Amino acid sequence: MHELLTAPWWPPVWALIKIIFVLVPLLLGVAYLTLAERKVIGYIQIRIGPNRVGFRGVLQPIADALKLLFKEVLIPANANRFLFLAAPVLAFVPAMLVWAAVPFGPDVAISNMNAGLLYVLAIAGLGVYGIIIAGWASNSKYAFLGAMRAAAQLVAYEIAMGFALVGVLMLAQTLNLSKIVEAQAGSGFWSWYWLPLFPFFLVYFISGVAETNRAPFDVAEGESEIVAGFHVEYSGMGFALFFLAEYANMIFVSILTTVLFLGGWYPPFQIAPFTWVPGLVWLLLKTAFLLYVFLWIRATFPRYRYDQIMRLGWKVFIPITIAWIVVVGVALETPLRAVLR
Amino acid sequence: MASPVTRWFRSFFLLELLRGMQLTGRYFFARKFTVQYPEETTPQSPRFRGLHALRRYENGEERCIACKLCEAICPALAITIESEERSDGTRRTSRYDIDLSKCIFCGLCEESCPVDSIVETRVLSYHAENRSELLYNKIRLLGNGDRLEPELARDRQADSAYR
Repeated sequence: MHELLTAPWWPPVWALIKIIFVLVPLLLGVAYLTLAERKVIGYIQIRIGPNRVGFRGVLQPIADALKLLFKEVLIPANANRFLFLAAPVLAFVPAMLVWAAVPFGPDVAISNMNAGLLYVLAIAGLGVYGIIIAGWASNSKYAFLGAMRAAAQLVAYEIAMGFALVGVLMLAQTLNLSKIVEAQAGSGFWSWYWLPLFPFFLVYFISGVAETNRAPFDVAEGESEIVAGFHVEYSGMGFALFFLAEYANMIFVSILTTVLFLGGWYPPFQIAPFTWVPGLVWLLLKTAFLLYVFLWIRATFPRYRYDQIMRLGWKVFIPITIAWIVVVGVALETPLRAVLR
Repeated sequence: MASPVTRWFRSFFLLELLRGMQLTGRYFFARKFTVQYPEETTPQSPRFRGLHALRRYENGEERCIACKLCEAICPALAITIESEERSDGTRRTSRYDIDLSKCIFCGLCEESCPVDSIVETRVLSYHAENRSELLYNKIRLLGNGDRLEPELARDRQADSAYR
């Protein structure tokens, strides 16, 4: 065993094993998130959603995936062929890459890097290139409009999102995601960061909804205005990759909100029956709840008008986050520091 | 209209959004209205207007006397009738076609018929794989009538008080 662990080929193989153990459940999660979305939205609209493929529709995502696989990949005559095919990959790869830094338990991550939060922000911001390139390379006016909207929206909300994370950094004093969770350890849910950083928690989650182009911020797709936005010309696997990226990003934003604000793998009460449940289960339960909120929001609110999205990002979120950074900064210089840290 | 301060308070603290989510959250647990179609169906009225049929009297004689009222009233011009004198001296149709790709299922043919011959049945799930299959001639319409006569008679009976 010792020889195995010191062999030169072992670290890359071990990394590969870890990647498989994260990405395979992730892709399954994405598949079943699509089913959950249709079911939840159906239930809220007093319908029962898909229930024909398999018992209560459990095989529906597999049927959908097979359908997409067998569809023809169409390339518009005037499209830039290379960029048109590269764009879905550019959207999909960052959506998978960000998972390298996500901690699933104390020191359980593909790579428990020290600048984890910075890495996550940087890679998540890359995802929009896929959308912009898809919009430009399609050579279609709807796709182009969708891409422009996505770009402007990303600029507006990335700033508010970054400021919201500054608050977390001020309290945790580290960029390591695993250590950020450990800094929230305490006797229960009131010691997690969502309470002292409540405005940041809301701003981060709402910006997350906007970043992933989900309703009510889905102007980049905007079915009723610009058909399907940036992916209007895509079919088959190209479309499937955008779809996978969007849903993987949803799961990612939810799990990151859990890690940063909802105490990661810590149970809501540090007493007997709650501490028996493994930390990973708590992490996934909190993530699942936030994903439900994603779907709940989508089923409740109509799409924002475009200028209102910009107004919310620039004129509401950024001032709020800056103001609360000042509040947190001042509080850290007072006796409250002992409570917050 | 609430004062600007109240409105600002409500929107800034997401109160109105939370009320919306409260409503949809309640509907999540509400009883579902979905009807599982092939297994379950919604109730049908005896006056349901579906696929057409030509009826016969109990002795087997066809009811239609080729008066052409249905052809005249049909707003979609879906009915074509040709008549002749049969060997026993009565007037009968030699041709009775309904083009279901034109029919709008208004039920005026059924209302205009003096002998309750042309009727619309409760059948709603029929299909055709090309247009010519949607052209129902006299033989197919009489066939529909023969097949569904018990139900047709029962529905006419149930509705007779209002006619």
